[in-house]
Amino acid sequence: MTEATSAAKAPIAPETSAPGTAGPSGPPPGLGARILARPELMIFGSLVIIVAIFIAMNPTAFLSPINLRNIAVEASMMIILAVGMTYVIITGGIDLSVGAILVFSSVCSLLAMRWVGSDTAIAPVVGLAVSLGSAAVWGVVNGLFIARTKLNPLIVTLATMGIAMGAARLLSGGVDLTGVPKVLIDEVGIGRVHGVPVLVIIAAVFAIVAGVVLHRTRFGLYTYAIGSNEQGARRAGLSVDRHLVMVYVISAVCAGLAGYFSLSRFASTTIAGHGTDNLKAITAVVLGGTSLFGGSGTLFGTTAGVFIPVVLAAGLVIIGLPSFWQEVAVGIVLLIAILLDQMRRKSGSR
Amino acid sequence: MTAPILEARGITKSYGHVRSLQGADISVDRGEVVALIGDNGAGKSTLTKILSGALKPDGGEIRVDGVPVTFDSPVAARRHGIETVYQDLSLALDLNPIQNLFLGRELPAKGLLGRLGFLDRAAMRQAGEEAFRSLSVRIPDMRGAVANFSGGQRQGVAVARALMWAKRLVFMDEPTAALGVAQTRNVLDLIRRVRDSGVSVVLISHSMPDVLAVSDRIVVLRHGRRVATFDAKRVTSDELVGAMTGTLELSGAA
Repeated sequence: MTEATSAAKAPIAPETSAPGTAGPSGPPPGLGARILARPELMIFGSLVIIVAIFIAMNPTAFLSPINLRNIAVEASMMIILAVGMTYVIITGGIDLSVGAILVFSSVCSLLAMRWVGSDTAIAPVVGLAVSLGSAAVWGVVNGLFIARTKLNPLIVTLATMGIAMGAARLLSGGVDLTGVPKVLIDEVGIGRVHGVPVLVIIAAVFAIVAGVVLHRTRFGLYTYAIGSNEQGARRAGLSVDRHLVMVYVISAVCAGLAGYFSLSRFASTTIAGHGTDNLKAITAVVLGGTSLFGGSGTLFGTTAGVFIPVVLAAGLVIIGLPSFWQEVAVGIVLLIAILLDQMRRKSGSR
Repeated sequence: MTAPILEARGITKSYGHVRSLQGADISVDRGEVVALIGDNGAGKSTLTKILSGALKPDGGEIRVDGVPVTFDSPVAARRHGIETVYQDLSLALDLNPIQNLFLGRELPAKGLLGRLGFLDRAAMRQAGEEAFRSLSVRIPDMRGAVANFSGGQRQGVAVARALMWAKRLVFMDEPTAALGVAQTRNVLDLIRRVRDSGVSVVLISHSMPDVLAVSDRIVVLRHGRRVATFDAKRVTSDELVGAMTGTLELSGAA
């Protein structure tokens, strides 16, 4: 996964570079201002430092294949949610419903696979389609409410979070279901290619594609433009409402994909296991330098933001500290990240 | 005589009980700078929004080159070669100047990549730099976010965007309100150059010196109607203020 992130660095560089010369009379930007303008590099630097410390303290345990694989698999589940969340937050929105959509779509997917017969060859395909499709419905609901009624995304997705979670429990009878096709568990959930977990490969490809779309295509550009100035985007002729619906559908479909992965990894639904996934995804995105005000952010930064909590959790255990320190550390870094975001906004005098 | 490039007759618009426009008229000829002035609440802004497609009128008729049209969005107005520089500039501050110039009108990459939504960034960069150069708009950093630009530089981006795409007419809503003396002079020079290139300008402004310096004709609105039209060469600031406030009833009235 580390190879994937460094490879992603080059093509996924942000459009807007340091705040060059502020005018003929303006002073050249100092180092502080330049770092402030590239928060994703700061968080990537922090990640490198954290990794270096753990390696220095216990190289054999930290660099062991099992530890690296664990870190990569943990991160790959979260990165899929964080990819969708990055798009949403760049538009200036937020999506609290991703964890609930993950659970809902995994329940629907498993019920569908059991209905066609878990042993049948088409079961995994049906399961994937149902997972993505049932998730997309929630994205459409979120998107339509947010774009058309101008309701606050925080409240809309808080509501759909509750509805989707309740619906998932109603469908499953409140207990975790089993019956995931064995082929899905073997080939995807615990499958490996040349020692690299299949989940990690899929997540890396997914993140790179999402990054290229965000940073190189018209769709990505419009995502930034809407988060930057929604009225301006409308005046420029952009279909803002349609774009917002699509962005919330992307976020939901990411959750659906993560739900499918969750089934294949744990061989059952994990209804109670995703209560804070939404906040973890938001944490990763904000750590990665995406502005909660909308308009700026990179998927490269999000990737680094995903790894920080995961690496901390694994590394602290290895060096013999209680892993609860991870929560403390992530909270502190998060506070620093949003403080810097605030300062950046002020220096840009918006 | 050829038909005006843009003509509006009897435009009405009400917000609830407030009758903002009560049959306003305006016409603009090719290569002409028309100033639209009036006191606060006279209906300048409403009329501008209607003529640039941002707002739908309750009644009245709009003609482009003598042909009746309806503008149901800014895009419809733009299709007729009419652009607007909004008072708030309407820029996406997180994007760079080139991206702002082309927002909504990006050049797709060639072939399959273009169909997939990829953009021809090199071509846009080149055309954008050319546009800034030909308009003498100085841009500090083509790759930097517009948020890091000064007020005057942002203004330059917004004006250049409108002028780059306008074939017929540019509305400029208070383009000099936030600018210093030198920058104001630049914008006024720009307006003259645009006029000389055959594109008309409608200037909405509170600044009488600016209006007198750059316009060919001056249209005065009061209480949602056109109350006077002046030849800018033969009018004084006092006469304009008199027409705006209603202390001077004029023979030039429509």
